[in-house]
Amino acid sequence: MSIAIRNVSKKFGAFKALDDVSIDIPSGQLVALLGPSGCGKTTLLRIIAGLEYADRGQILLEGDDASDRHVRERQVGFVFQHYALFRHMTVFDNVAFGLRVRPRRHRPSEAEIRKRVSRLLDLVQLGWLADRYPSQLSGGQRQRIALARALAVEPKVLLLDEPFGALDAKVRKELRRWLRQLHDEIHVTSVFVTHDQEEALEVSDSVVLMNKGRVEQTGSPDAVYDHPATPFVASFLGSVNLFHGRVEDGHLHVGEHALALGDGHAPAEQAVGFVRPHEFDLLPAAANAGGLPARIARVIAIGPMAQVELTRVDGELIEVSVSRAIFDTLGLREGDHVSLRPRAIRVFHNDRLAA
Amino acid sequence: MGKLKRFSPLPGFGLTLGYTLFYLLLIVLIPLAAVAGKTFGMGWEAFWAAISNPRVVASYQLSFGASLLAAAVNVVFGLIFAWVLVRYRFPGKGLVDALVDLPFALPTAVAGIALATIYAPNGPIGSLLAPFGIEIAYTPNGVLLALVFIGLPFVVRTVQPVLADLEKEVEEAAAGLGASRWHTFLKIILPHVTPALLTGFAMAFARAVGEYGSVIFIAGNVPMVSEITPLMIITKLEQYDYQGATAIASVMLVISFVLLLVINGLQGWMQNRYTKGA
Repeated sequence: MSIAIRNVSKKFGAFKALDDVSIDIPSGQLVALLGPSGCGKTTLLRIIAGLEYADRGQILLEGDDASDRHVRERQVGFVFQHYALFRHMTVFDNVAFGLRVRPRRHRPSEAEIRKRVSRLLDLVQLGWLADRYPSQLSGGQRQRIALARALAVEPKVLLLDEPFGALDAKVRKELRRWLRQLHDEIHVTSVFVTHDQEEALEVSDSVVLMNKGRVEQTGSPDAVYDHPATPFVASFLGSVNLFHGRVEDGHLHVGEHALALGDGHAPAEQAVGFVRPHEFDLLPAAANAGGLPARIARVIAIGPMAQVELTRVDGELIEVSVSRAIFDTLGLREGDHVSLRPRAIRVFHNDRLAA
Repeated sequence: MGKLKRFSPLPGFGLTLGYTLFYLLLIVLIPLAAVAGKTFGMGWEAFWAAISNPRVVASYQLSFGASLLAAAVNVVFGLIFAWVLVRYRFPGKGLVDALVDLPFALPTAVAGIALATIYAPNGPIGSLLAPFGIEIAYTPNGVLLALVFIGLPFVVRTVQPVLADLEKEVEEAAAGLGASRWHTFLKIILPHVTPALLTGFAMAFARAVGEYGSVIFIAGNVPMVSEITPLMIITKLEQYDYQGATAIASVMLVISFVLLLVINGLQGWMQNRYTKGA
């Protein structure tokens, strides 16, 4: 089922949680709502679910206006960060709950319920825990049960609020890979909220980046990573180096140095260039060819990449990462002077920064 | 001695347990043993005569019946009270919250006299009920009313924190799965607070069984009708029949103890069902 969010706004007192948000989510997709805490992503998810109501705007489910529909009638499955399992019920009864509370004429027979619950427990690979109570499960198991419980009512939409937020790093990684596989199996339109950019980029078909109650950018993970539309997106996704300067003759002038930008850049008095750590070429200082001079402050050469911290002439820090092979052939050491040449710079004029 | 001393992760076990047992002995067991000891001295026949006197038997029925009923009433209304105090914000909430504890603090005789005055056939509320043939003061109804009054805080105060503990998400999850508000209450909220309700019930009941001050003023103390067992004990004492008094007291003790044991057992069983292994 497709979801359309139309001009949704929501205030909590004087705080604008959502400010005229519009998003289209096609049927069958797994979409991440990504942003820093307080950006309104959870509020938006709760509005889609019907756990919260918008001050203005509409939620369309499969083209029908669902804005006034109660959460009971929206046919959404909701998974909470802290699981919200019914702790006085066994795992089996938790999953069966949504089926057992149906009005008699829509309720499947007890035998049918048993069949469906065991199928779901097998789907989340926890059939052997059916008779346990939630307090006897690990965090990862609880979240999978919560997911099975949400799926039991055959929701048209699955909404997950920071589903892995309360789990430790290793379980988190396992579970998000598993969620991706599960989604490929059942294809229910899913929206999950996260503040972890790695999680969003790794799991989702499409990422919605939010900041201060507004949508900054929507797109596939590689599109938002490679072509950030706003300075916020550029700095929020992965680490990035900032260069303040002015744009003139196709160059970004940083202090007395000029970095080539290529064609199509309008001149600007104040601009910021964003360069990711892996987008630099590291050259020995002698081979000076229009790069940015810097001094190596620290090298962390563990694994396939060498993380190099450099200081610019004016003292600012730059992070660069190059492959170990290249770094080793250069034969550079801490304290050496080098020249940095960015392969790609994303430039935002300062009027965009104010937004 | 190559033996390593083993340290418990929770220190002070011996000291605190010893202190607890000593305290229990001094404050609870020795006085109770004195009651039992006094009773044993009187011989079986005198004992039986003292405890099976029809007036005394009627008082057992009233005391335990009214106490159980009062505790049950308090379970219902205490839950509503706790619900309102936990779930809603309204002006004067702090005041209401404080008022709940008043039956704890008020000298019971004051409560008894106040209740008797108000609910007497010529009192402000009693006179309104009288035309309908409803009598409160000087009947078993009055006893029940006084016991409800003194027991209310127990249920409210035991349920309140437990109810506040129930995460909002759990109810939202139930609603999201299609459960009606009533269903959510019945299947999610009620099971969550039931152990606390049982604790509150047990405490309100125990308090009601032993209550004296607030009851005797409103009860009217009509033999065979509105005499409570503690009154029978006092009556014996006033007649210098100490053994008769302790005999009745020991019957009360045994019945109370058995009932409380059953309630505690029930509560422990419920608690265990879903926290085992936690």
